[in-house]
Amino acid sequence: MMRRLQSLYESGMVLIVLIGTLLLWEAAVFVLRPPPIILPAPSQIWREFLITPGYFLQQSFSTLYTTVAGFVLAVAIGLALAVGIVHSKFLERTVYTLLVALNSVPKVALAPLFVLWMGTGIEPKIAIALMLALFSVVIDAVLGLRSVDPDMINLARASRASSFAILRKIRLPNALPSIFAGLKVAISFALVGTIVGEFVAGSEGLGFAILTAQGQFDTPRVFVCLILLGLLGTILFYIVEFMERLALPWHVSQRTGHAAAP
Amino acid sequence: MTTNGMAAGPDRPPHPIAEAAYVAIRQVGKSYGSLKGAVHALEGIDLDIRGGEFISILGPSGCGKSTLLKCIAGLEKPTSGQIQVQGKPLSGPPDRLGMVFQRDVLLDWRTVLDNVLITAEFAHIPTASVRERALQLLWRFGLKGYEDRHPWELSGGMRQRAAICRALLCDPDLLLMDEPFGALDAMTRDDLNLELARIWQDTRKTVAFVTHGIAEAIFLSDRVVMMDRNPGRIIEVIDIDLPRPRHLAVRETAEFAHYVGHIRHLFTSLGLLKDG
Repeated sequence: MMRRLQSLYESGMVLIVLIGTLLLWEAAVFVLRPPPIILPAPSQIWREFLITPGYFLQQSFSTLYTTVAGFVLAVAIGLALAVGIVHSKFLERTVYTLLVALNSVPKVALAPLFVLWMGTGIEPKIAIALMLALFSVVIDAVLGLRSVDPDMINLARASRASSFAILRKIRLPNALPSIFAGLKVAISFALVGTIVGEFVAGSEGLGFAILTAQGQFDTPRVFVCLILLGLLGTILFYIVEFMERLALPWHVSQRTGHAAAP
Repeated sequence: MTTNGMAAGPDRPPHPIAEAAYVAIRQVGKSYGSLKGAVHALEGIDLDIRGGEFISILGPSGCGKSTLLKCIAGLEKPTSGQIQVQGKPLSGPPDRLGMVFQRDVLLDWRTVLDNVLITAEFAHIPTASVRERALQLLWRFGLKGYEDRHPWELSGGMRQRAAICRALLCDPDLLLMDEPFGALDAMTRDDLNLELARIWQDTRKTVAFVTHGIAEAIFLSDRVVMMDRNPGRIIEVIDIDLPRPRHLAVRETAEFAHYVGHIRHLFTSLGLLKDG
């Protein structure tokens, strides 16, 4: 009960700050009158959205689809890689090292290459989203899988547990908090990757819509897309966090009154 | 698998020859390579642990007592020498082994009961068949009503009790304990010492108990093995000839004081204890 009140209070605060900012923005535009191509007022952005809400929602859905596809693939591939890396010195020396090296390349720069390889359909966009999200999945999963009390492993081995049982019953559950930390970063990166993909090979999606609107000097439209993008990112993040809560009712972060999310 | 478990009932015959060495350790050495040269954690360890015996391994930190225990558990391989359990050379953890560590390593995402049952899961024993026994163990160790709680809701002493239940679930013959009460306060420690003495009295499991508490070692043991470090080796094994069952009051007797004095004197003469 206390916890619910607390989180209600926190979301109230967020709402107040948000509304305050919008009002300030509206007032500033009303007073300073910048050209709409530089900064439109919130009310103008809202009116722009209402002209073609179907179009914007369709673009949002396209972006959402690509992001989720890239994210899910990154999670599947990333977790498999992490398990392999933790269990094999060979994979650790090769795949892990390569991955770290690859991560220091600005991956966004590889986007045009993906278009050359895969064309201009949804595939290169998913691939870029996957590539950007993959790293944080692997790094945090490897970290989590490794950070097990050695005595816990000793105990399991003393009971003659198989290494699969150790993975399933100890390492994986123990790694979940760390894995979810990685997933929360990964979901945002997947969205970034999707937008980059839509920039370089787009025929739909919010990234493509932004480019089109920019070409027409239609700043209010750009802002509509940006706001939708922000909403999308926030919603996706909280969906992952919600899944974390479902998966980790036992974790320290969930035990006490303070809620991390509004 | 006995379900009544704790009691040495008719279905569980007493150890055939009480004097037979359950664990035979012969010239065991363990060294690690390091940048500063080899570290001799253990050297020339000779020790027989008889079936049904309670033995304590006592020594300063760094004397290799935990390493010795891990070697007996088959978790670490000695670099020289041999360990036999029930006459068979060790290759990996022996049969019917239970372990307790200083940290209870209970899994936070499991209830207390499920933490105890994990031993059976690892050994591929259907948990339904040992559930009743797990509950009895928990009740016996004063954890009635806490079966469905999570470890973080328990005190340190209760957690360690649960860890002992986990070790006892599959009715091990050999119980290896690595400073199990080292992190507990004195009162809880006394309490668990009594509890352990009682369990041992009832079941006569073979126990090797690593500790750095002199009183604890004497109170619990049939024999106390004293070790020194650099290299880790046995310096003396003393028989503790105190009547059983023992109560905490035994610690106020002259005999007990005599043992304490002997051990303390030995450690002092080695410079391991500074006395005055």
